[in-house]
Amino acid sequence: MTGKTRRRVLQTGAAAMGAFAVGGPAIVRAQGEAIKIGHLTPLTGFLGALGGYAQLGIKMAQAEINEAGGVMGRPLDVMSEDSVNPETAATKAQRMIERDGATVLMGEINSASALTIMQVAARNKRLFMSIGARSDALRGKNCNRYTFHVDIPSTVMVNAVGKALVRDNMMKGKKFFTLTADYIFGHDLLGAAKAFFDANGGILVDDELIATDVTDFSPYLLKLRQAKPDIVCSNLAGNQVTSLIKQYAEFGLPYPIVGFNLNTADAWAAGAGNLSGTWPTVWYHTLDVPGSKAFVASFIKRNGKPPENHAWIEYVSLKVMAQAMSETRSTDTETLIAYFEKQPQFDILKARKGYFRSFDHQMIQEAYPFTVKEPDKMKDQWDMLTLGAAVPGPDEPLESINPSKEQNACTAIKA
Amino acid sequence: MSLLVQEVVNGLVLGGYYLLIALGLSLIFSVGGVLNLAHGAFYALGAYIAVALTRYLGFASAVAISPLAVAALGILFERFLLRRFYAADPIVSLLVTFGLAMIAEQVIRMVWGAAPLSATMPQAVKGSVIVGDFLFSRYRLLLLAVVAAVLAGVWLLLNTTSFGRVVRAGIQRPDMVAALGIRLEPYMTVIVMLGVGMAALAGALFAPITIVHPAMGSDIIIVAFVVVVIGGLGSFWGVVLAALLVGVVRGVTIYFAPAAGEASVYALMALVLLLRPRGLLGERIEKFE
Repeated sequence: MTGKTRRRVLQTGAAAMGAFAVGGPAIVRAQGEAIKIGHLTPLTGFLGALGGYAQLGIKMAQAEINEAGGVMGRPLDVMSEDSVNPETAATKAQRMIERDGATVLMGEINSASALTIMQVAARNKRLFMSIGARSDALRGKNCNRYTFHVDIPSTVMVNAVGKALVRDNMMKGKKFFTLTADYIFGHDLLGAAKAFFDANGGILVDDELIATDVTDFSPYLLKLRQAKPDIVCSNLAGNQVTSLIKQYAEFGLPYPIVGFNLNTADAWAAGAGNLSGTWPTVWYHTLDVPGSKAFVASFIKRNGKPPENHAWIEYVSLKVMAQAMSETRSTDTETLIAYFEKQPQFDILKARKGYFRSFDHQMIQEAYPFTVKEPDKMKDQWDMLTLGAAVPGPDEPLESINPSKEQNACTAIKA
Repeated sequence: MSLLVQEVVNGLVLGGYYLLIALGLSLIFSVGGVLNLAHGAFYALGAYIAVALTRYLGFASAVAISPLAVAALGILFERFLLRRFYAADPIVSLLVTFGLAMIAEQVIRMVWGAAPLSATMPQAVKGSVIVGDFLFSRYRLLLLAVVAAVLAGVWLLLNTTSFGRVVRAGIQRPDMVAALGIRLEPYMTVIVMLGVGMAALAGALFAPITIVHPAMGSDIIIVAFVVVVIGGLGSFWGVVLAALLVGVVRGVTIYFAPAAGEASVYALMALVLLLRPRGLLGERIEKFE
């Protein structure tokens, strides 16, 4: 008799606890269904280190937005996954839209993967904010009206460094030897570099295409020595640049080295004393802008290390997306496209505000050339770079460093 | 023409680095019948431990201690994991070591983070030596000397000691060795220690010139496996020849057709397998036939 009673008590207790477990989240969710955002970024492979920072950035923005009450009273739910390669990226993007209920897609660093996600976005008529991919072609011949691009395109990076080289008498009549990443982004960067050389009197003597999984550059360094260029120029991507810089320092070749693409994480990995030359960046954590400084401080508090440029760009991108949804009070693709195409200005933690240019959906913003600090002048292991003045200068229009409508035609968008 | 010769010589130097990783892989497979897919993980650990130690002990001591630490880890690996699978179907050990490789990669990611670590070499060995028309990186020459010393040590161990006699006999006729009352297991412990220690040494030595990141092990294991296949199982000199050949073929291909540089290694493997399925100097080993 008592045994039976005890059993019943236990059963009831278990049922009550079960109800708590099921009912608990339901009460929290009562403030509104979460807005789901599909986020893809490479976490493995030659861009994996950058993707790690990208995740930290977007997660921090998500936490801040949700702590402040979410968007239209609804929390943001960023579903983030490794995009692996272009095929997997497309499959995952499709699944996120179809099965996981993603209202928008965001992310990516690899230009080849961004391209396949762009196609998925267009097919499903769903918005894709391509955050970290830099190939010109994505904004030009491959553009579509469902995709918006946040990071600076190849041409802007070439212009940022090229202008500094022209100023330092390292362009006119100089012989350049370029090393180029053998995929869409590298090819594109080489195209932009050639255009700049042609327009400014630089001479391209040789170019080597290099597969993205190469870790030993010594055969290329021997070829490079044979060619005796005036300047060596890197059009490589991701951790390719790290290997090149380390081995260039190892061989101690006498030619100055510059590059049209470098992410801060790859510079940090090269180590103090190995990197030299002039390179471009979209953002660096020592940027002297109050908003940027506040972001850096709270990122360090959260993660114990300063943000890399991909952390910054993912952070501001989610903030921009949340602002768009709040102001339009909508997550509808067409409504959001119409909003962005009106070219509203966004605070992206730089001296000048940015906006999406309506004819190719490119975020127009400042970029910076940088040079490398002497190891003994570094405050800590992250303090490697000296930012140059923002380009374009304060009195020039922001668009002046971007490819013009004629140079990089996007015909799929009629804004 | 002189550039072509330079590429050949440079390829030989690079081959030395493949050799350090492939030799251990080959030994473990030949004696234990286990294809150790976790070999790359020990290479990565060697690099990470060396980078971590360099901060406190300086470069030379870190490079010396890291392989010893990893070799000690190899004892645990052999005793508690590998030993269970010598008699099993090779596919089982393949799956187990593959799983271990993934776990190791994640552990590295959790301990040291996903971003690559920075590693630099001492200033004294930076730069290059020019001999006639040839350009050698000073650091790689040093590396080559270390590889040659290790190689000589392993050769002497296998060919002049009673330990080596048992190991060589064990490769060919483990049943005969058993009949003579010799247990191969303690020998296997030493072989695994040696093998993963060499992989760790390669990682430690290459940290300053390549990227130290969590997936570096899975990047290298494929090339190491290709070298073992080309060289042929059970053959010490087969692995040496194959490693040098892979380095040279890659260098020469980059001279003529840069974009095909990485593919050339696999084309070479396909060619060797077509002409000599047992590998260049592979011996006929009864247990694998």
